[in-house]
Amino acid sequence: MTKNLRVKSSEYIDETNRISFKFNGKTYHGFKGDTLASALLANDVHLVGRSFKYHRPRGIMTSGSEEPNAIVQVNPGTNRTEPNVRATEVEIYEGLEASSQNCWPSVEFDIGGINNFLSPFFPAGFYYKTFMWPASFWEKYEFFIRHSAGLGKSPTTTDPDIYDHRNVHCDVLVVGAGISGIMAAKNAAKNNFKTLLVEEKNELGGSTIYENNEFNKIDSKAPSEWLKKEIEELKTIKNLEIKTRTSVAAYHQYNYLLARENLTDHLEAKDKTNKIRQRLLKIRAKKVILATGALERPLIFNNNDRPGIMLSSAIKKYSEFYGVACGSKNVFFTNNDSAYESAISLYNKGINVEAIIDIREQSESKIVKKVKEAGIKIYWSHSIVDTTGYKRLNSISIMKLSNDGTSVTGSKISISCDCLGVAGGWTPAVHLYTQSGSKLKFDEEKKVFLPNQNTSEQISVGSCGGDFKIDEIIKNLNQKLKDTLNINETDLDSIKVEIDQENSKRNIWLLPSDKPIGKTKPFVDYQNDATAKDIKLALREGFRSIEHVKRYTTTGMGTDQGKLGNMHALGIIADTAGVKMGELGTTTFRPPYTPLTFGTIVGRNVGKFFDIFRRTPMNDWHVENKAEFENVGQWKRAWYYPINGETMHQAVQRESKAARESAGILDASTLGKIDIQGSDASEFLNRVYTNAWSKLAIGKCRYGLMLNEDGMVYDDGVTTRLGENHYIMTTTTGGAANVLGKLEDYLQTEWPELDVYLTSVTDHYATASLCGPNSKKILKKIIPDLDLSDENFPHMSFKETKIGNIQCRIMRISFTGEHSYEINVQASYGKDLWEKCIEAGKEFNITPYGTETMHLLRAEKGFIIVGQDTDGTMTPIDLQMDWIVSKKKYDFIGKRSLYRSDTMREDRKQLVGLLTDDPNIVLEEGAQIVSELNQSPVEMLGHVTSSYFSPNLKKSIALAVVRGGKDMMGKKLFVPMENKNINVTVANPVFYDEKNERLNA
Amino acid sequence: MFLINCPYCGERDQQEFKAGGEAHIERPKQPTELSDDEWAEYLFMRKNIKGVQFERWNHAHGCRKWFNMVRDTSNDEIKAIYKMGEKPPAQ
Ligand SMILES: [Zn+2]
Repeated sequence: MTKNLRVKSSEYIDETNRISFKFNGKTYHGFKGDTLASALLANDVHLVGRSFKYHRPRGIMTSGSEEPNAIVQVNPGTNRTEPNVRATEVEIYEGLEASSQNCWPSVEFDIGGINNFLSPFFPAGFYYKTFMWPASFWEKYEFFIRHSAGLGKSPTTTDPDIYDHRNVHCDVLVVGAGISGIMAAKNAAKNNFKTLLVEEKNELGGSTIYENNEFNKIDSKAPSEWLKKEIEELKTIKNLEIKTRTSVAAYHQYNYLLARENLTDHLEAKDKTNKIRQRLLKIRAKKVILATGALERPLIFNNNDRPGIMLSSAIKKYSEFYGVACGSKNVFFTNNDSAYESAISLYNKGINVEAIIDIREQSESKIVKKVKEAGIKIYWSHSIVDTTGYKRLNSISIMKLSNDGTSVTGSKISISCDCLGVAGGWTPAVHLYTQSGSKLKFDEEKKVFLPNQNTSEQISVGSCGGDFKIDEIIKNLNQKLKDTLNINETDLDSIKVEIDQENSKRNIWLLPSDKPIGKTKPFVDYQNDATAKDIKLALREGFRSIEHVKRYTTTGMGTDQGKLGNMHALGIIADTAGVKMGELGTTTFRPPYTPLTFGTIVGRNVGKFFDIFRRTPMNDWHVENKAEFENVGQWKRAWYYPINGETMHQAVQRESKAARESAGILDASTLGKIDIQGSDASEFLNRVYTNAWSKLAIGKCRYGLMLNEDGMVYDDGVTTRLGENHYIMTTTTGGAANVLGKLEDYLQTEWPELDVYLTSVTDHYATASLCGPNSKKILKKIIPDLDLSDENFPHMSFKETKIGNIQCRIMRISFTGEHSYEINVQASYGKDLWEKCIEAGKEFNITPYGTETMHLLRAEKGFIIVGQDTDGTMTPIDLQMDWIVSKKKYDFIGKRSLYRSDTMREDRKQLVGLLTDDPNIVLEEGAQIVSELNQSPVEMLGHVTSSYFSPNLKKSIALAVVRGGKDMMGKKLFVPMENKNINVTVANPVFYDEKNERLNA
Repeated sequence: MFLINCPYCGERDQQEFKAGGEAHIERPKQPTELSDDEWAEYLFMRKNIKGVQFERWNHAHGCRKWFNMVRDTSNDEIKAIYKMGEKPPAQ
């Protein structure tokens, strides 16, 4: 049986547009304009979820993003499902489905509810204390905890929606479109500031838009009427952009804010497709005006969490804005006048209000008088000591408060009710303010934290700035606007406000009960089930810092970040520890203010845009020829080219043999290329490489090793002198960007006097590396006119020539030890060049090979790969490459460090070759090397850096770094593996063609 | 995310820049004349101040120029930006 609690038509609810939706499998109806929460309340559904630890039944508490209880799974089981959504923020649409989260098997009957009866065994720190031991039981505990803890289910299929990012620049950003935000935006825009107004709800106006209280008037009108006119005018102003359903998630330094704009969440499934669902706005604002309002505080008393217990202000909003009565027997519990406004709102709509329990001794404002006239019973100086009703509130018990407010006296009165509105005062929403780095100060009189020290150009206006009454709001807003926008007059100058509100408030953080605190459940954090009792226990156990108490009790650590209860937690700590709240400080509010979807965070960077790949001009050929690829930095490089179902090993063995026996070709386009020009280019190279460059003749190439200033090898490559003042440097594929950055750094900061210009030309050239004994014959076929004799074109030299009419640069250099040529052409001719080489090489069985074969061939020659055989701790001396370090040069980058006592140690790790005693065993790269097997703990001498089976030598070879390895030639060592020890012998790292005879073969 | 005023390009988002450590540490002109300790002082020792710090920054994804910045590390306020070779502003 469901009751209809729709009371009176509201202009924000379209009763002609009836919408059906499902909650926990049952069909309900609501209207266009309803949130899931308002529609459920209209159907008299309060029970929407279970609490996290005790699985207590919980209902809707609020009407906004601060909701701690009504957390639902939207559209369960579909590809658009989303967990942890606040029912108070979901706009209903035809076909919407939602379900409760933290319950099993159902919200009505939840097995975990037994925890509630076991709660004496679940005190603060329960998880820390209980699940610590024995350690081996952790897996079982984890299973149990995960199974019974319900934080919703993440979708298991691909997100069908599109997400977007947009950069926004504005003069003034106004956050929040209540009365303060609207008037701020209006005056900013009218004064020629490019203004952006963002509002998390779908309607502008905040709480003033349904403020029909007859005691408050603006320009002699009801505040709601007055504001509606302002909003109409606002929409016509140029220079102003308004974004609703847009919530600011983060406020970073330098007025950089992130906001999520919701575009399709309120639409039916059929209207969602092919549209952007959510957009992340990256806002840079010159000035920020925070008008984020205030959140009503609950009151902390025994059993204050039952379904039907709500914030007083939420009850008012449901009644005035949504036209929904939250109960048929309503009671309010308050410490200030705002509950009376809610009571009058209900009374005016014909909704029954049984009583108001007020902890104050009295209040004489007009609104209190009006309540008295309406015949509503007021219990002054009374407090609620208990409530009953498991799945829905059905009564409260009240008692008289003692004068000091710490105990209750007299007899207990029971009042039957089905809805209780609590009003504990207001907390300014300063979350975004503190995220920006600005500092708060505690106001002892108002018992609130208020903005104090701004770090960027920003102001906080309205209730988030500590002004709660309309007259104060208008007056202070006016002054702040004039100051921050530097203007003399505003629309607010002539506004006349009449109000009747009393400030009187009696603040008691924890209300007493007739039972001892140990026997009560006064919830402070509803979502995490943290009670005042837990906080007091934490203090007794010695916790003092607010950050520690928070983590120990889990107060404020839920998805709502304790928006409702944080102040009470602080208050209870301060009272118990006998310190002032201002001295206690507050916990940190971290972004996001409300949760963001992953989709919004990543935006368009999904699928092929997730990570950018670089592909060479020959890429299509590699794909057509079934190459396997490997990622090298951002490059996709051909790894090997399997034929007829070959394994990687088989393909690499075949490619390696072919390259040495006849001809191979490698796509080397990814090597970094830096064009170096200027009258000091030679001097510059002298300073950045370890060897000498001044005497390199034009048209010659030289291998260079580059160090860090600490003496460790940084990069290597061949540099060619193209002209008197012109070189082209090659770098490793992965190091290209860093090498350019490092060289620029030295040029700009240490040696600005050098006349040198660096340009990255990596992407401008495509490079085919042709190698093997037949490479010369193939090149001859392609460029018949070029004299390829050793006299005219020797090893380590360069020719600029043409293939047909395509300009090309050819270096006769070798990374394999074979006779070889690197042919460079303009990138757009790369594939053409490659195909010409393949065509010309056919008669020689030219074999394309990938990076794996390249690595194997160079390992046979003992050539290092920077980053594989080095790791930032190897000097050239460690690599046994003393020959490349100039003794004559006075200085080069890293030189001085080669003479530090540490780099000169004899027992540093040094590069050596390793041969396995059994030539068929291939060592694992990274395997550890020891000299003793029966030592404990065993001394690690080094590790294997490169290891392959060499098809040309028909045995396993490896490079390794070994402590003192330089003097260990021929020494027997061991590589202990999981189930065997491998015997190895230290060898010369040059395994193949030690005399370099094949270079001229 | 800072908003950094590149002296060559103007205001740009922090993600275009790369931080380059402490500023005004000059590479010794005659490294071979230095003792191990003196060289180590240049090579390894960097300040990490809570407060006003002089730093090098590079507009890596922009003009590629290096420049200097004075930043208060306690609140990330950028107090000054000046080109390489220019004198730091008086404190
Ligand atoms: Zn720049």
